[in-house]
Amino acid sequence: MAEIMGAATSDQPLLVTEGLAKNYGRLAACRDVSFTLYPGEVLAIVGESGSGKSTLLQLLSTQLAPSAGRVSYRMRDGVLRDLATLGEAERRFLFRTDWGYVHQDPAQGLRMAVSAGANVGERLMAVGWNHYGRIRNAASSWLERVEIDTARIDDAPRTYSGGMRQRLQIARNLVTEPRLVFMDEPTGGLDVSVQARLLDLVRGLVNELDLAAIVVTHDLAVARLLSHRVMVMKAGRVIETGLTDQVLDDPREPYTQLLVSSILPP
Amino acid sequence: MTAMIEINNAEKTFTMHLQGGVKLSVVRGVSFDVKAGECVVLAGPSGAGKSSILKMIFGNYRCDGGRIGIRHHGVLLDLARAEPREILSVRRATIGYVTQFLRAVPRVPTIDVVAEPLLAVGVAREEARQRAAQLLRRVNIPERLWSLPPSTFSGGEQQRVNIARGFISDHPILLLDEPTASLDARNRDVVVELIAAKKRAGVAIVAIVHDDEVRQAIADRIVDVTTFAAAA
Repeated sequence: MAEIMGAATSDQPLLVTEGLAKNYGRLAACRDVSFTLYPGEVLAIVGESGSGKSTLLQLLSTQLAPSAGRVSYRMRDGVLRDLATLGEAERRFLFRTDWGYVHQDPAQGLRMAVSAGANVGERLMAVGWNHYGRIRNAASSWLERVEIDTARIDDAPRTYSGGMRQRLQIARNLVTEPRLVFMDEPTGGLDVSVQARLLDLVRGLVNELDLAAIVVTHDLAVARLLSHRVMVMKAGRVIETGLTDQVLDDPREPYTQLLVSSILPP
Repeated sequence: MTAMIEINNAEKTFTMHLQGGVKLSVVRGVSFDVKAGECVVLAGPSGAGKSSILKMIFGNYRCDGGRIGIRHHGVLLDLARAEPREILSVRRATIGYVTQFLRAVPRVPTIDVVAEPLLAVGVAREEARQRAAQLLRRVNIPERLWSLPPSTFSGGEQQRVNIARGFISDHPILLLDEPTASLDARNRDVVVELIAAKKRAGVAIVAIVHDDEVRQAIADRIVDVTTFAAAA
């Protein structure tokens, strides 16, 4: 049937994870994680703190070396490469161009003392842009896209509110048109009203840019709104995985049922 | 006519781990076909499993046994065994699902809520908006509301927005869960006309309707869900 399904199944995976594990001494922070991510697909990793979801995100984004298993990524030339075999320069290039990483705390992903425009423009300069006017125009159009008043382009993010900082971090990440974005609790530190606006914005951008994303969250509402697929983690293991609405509306595992039943009705 | 849906011996059981592992058997031995242009109405008392069957056909509930064949891009795909991305592809191109309840994203204007399913399959924004406008007019949502998000609308208005969103696509299969519940007579008749138009266009429909008049107006066949009751 695969050949008749056509475009829906013929495209090639962007990221392939096989038997990924991380041990800290005798503690297994992450065990035997395998999955495949396709272009344009949004995967949510959910679980409570200590479940291993943040460790997994660091393994996937090569910020941590795995104890076992591997992560492969399809580079822009179409070749699937084992990320452990990349040189430091190649890895940095990935991080600057093809990947984005949105931290829970925007202060970790931004340079707080330089202007918003420079924060966005910096990533463009890293990929070789050198015309000041064009960089400023691109930065300004990205501020608009994330709903930041362009009159604030010369202000440093430390003068911004939490929600604005997070939107600026997203602009900084997306300006180079990455194909894959990692997000670690992107709405974690924000007020509920600010969260809704941010989620709405992220959802629109992901659709428009056909981005693939891996979103770590403990908030099932975030997973429902943003992701196509979800992986539920507990004690370092993936215990349930599937289509997001299927896992949330028809949870199978005891722990997933507990998570889902713990949500207060709106 | 081609069968668009072929269900064989499908079954669904919920295991409630938080209630000591109680097994709640919902339906068993579900078997029926739906052809293009045909409307099958599921009948049975509340709790018989009608909505569960619709959710299984949509891939929202997992199927614990049997087969749910869906004709997708001309090929019969077993949704009970499909990969998540295959199910998503089926929902984009083949199956539409209309419930009574609108699950809208905050801040998105009504016209875009309705146009979204067309944008998802690559229709240009202008054309999608025009078709959304036609449908909104058809279900009597006043034009001054189109640019507002539907979250502030009355229950009946939200339901009609949801119907417009559900009927806008050219999906060859449509699942309807109480599409006319709580609508006034005028709007109920509009929905009946929309369903008739879909049937003429060759769409296969599975519906749950409690209103006898609506059922008589749209049903080609009634499937009695109590015959799928799981024997305790």
